[in-house]
Amino acid sequence: MIVSNLEILPNVRILRHIGLVQGSSVRSKHVGRDIMAGVKNIFGGELEGYTELLQESREEATERMILQANQIGANAVLNVRYSTSSIAAGAAEIFVYGTAVEIENSKEDSSSTPGGALPA
Amino acid sequence: MIEIGLFFVFLACGFIFGQLAEKRHFKRIIEREKTANQLPAVASKYPPETGCYQQQLVAGNVVVASDYFKSFTAGLISIFGGKVTPFESLLDRGRREAILRMKDQAMAMEAELVFNVKLETTRIATGRVGAIEVLAYGTALIPGSKLDNRQDAHAV
Repeated sequence: MIVSNLEILPNVRILRHIGLVQGSSVRSKHVGRDIMAGVKNIFGGELEGYTELLQESREEATERMILQANQIGANAVLNVRYSTSSIAAGAAEIFVYGTAVEIENSKEDSSSTPGGALPA
Repeated sequence: MIEIGLFFVFLACGFIFGQLAEKRHFKRIIEREKTANQLPAVASKYPPETGCYQQQLVAGNVVVASDYFKSFTAGLISIFGGKVTPFESLLDRGRREAILRMKDQAMAMEAELVFNVKLETTRIATGRVGAIEVLAYGTALIPGSKLDNRQDAHAV
């Protein structure tokens, strides 16, 4: 599955446009993390716990989007966009969406990990 | 009385540690940008027409917190209006860090160019916590000759 934030792929023909696919994930950290973040807020600096949390949920949202794309017979998702909103205290929603398309046979293998597009 | 004392303690902590952390962070960012500048990241949508490339979505994110002193001064500034410099530097730090992380990922794949870069900023609010998350993502172009030894990148 090719996941790309391009609208076109160089040298690849798009055979069929299938439609919009999306994935979302709402996550929060346990209270301990929130308290630690509160303390860190006095001193400033990076909140590693939250960085990690948002990264994990982004991976999950991407996986869900890829699952949806697979189900409707797409082999690539183009023009992928991410959006984040903090919906309540301690919880954030990650939303990812893109256009599912069928592209000409490429060298990609389907065994590549869905979340591989994001940093491990 | 205790509350007022605590307020000043927090303010002092925020001022001392916050400034220190910011200075150190900027120093680290500038240091890393020297090497990262070899890899251009552009906002252009269209990839180069020529050459055989492989592409891969790369992303970097960071959550940076404001400190007590920053939040307090920002509150003061907003009474009179004007440039809220404490938050400007916070956002700048977040953006540059996110781009650097994205580039780190691209450089690990021996990419030559990152294009169609998008930046996204969100306020993360948990009670009294004032923090922002910045996400930078884009498409990394990996030259075709390096295609064989990269298993995890998708071929075009």
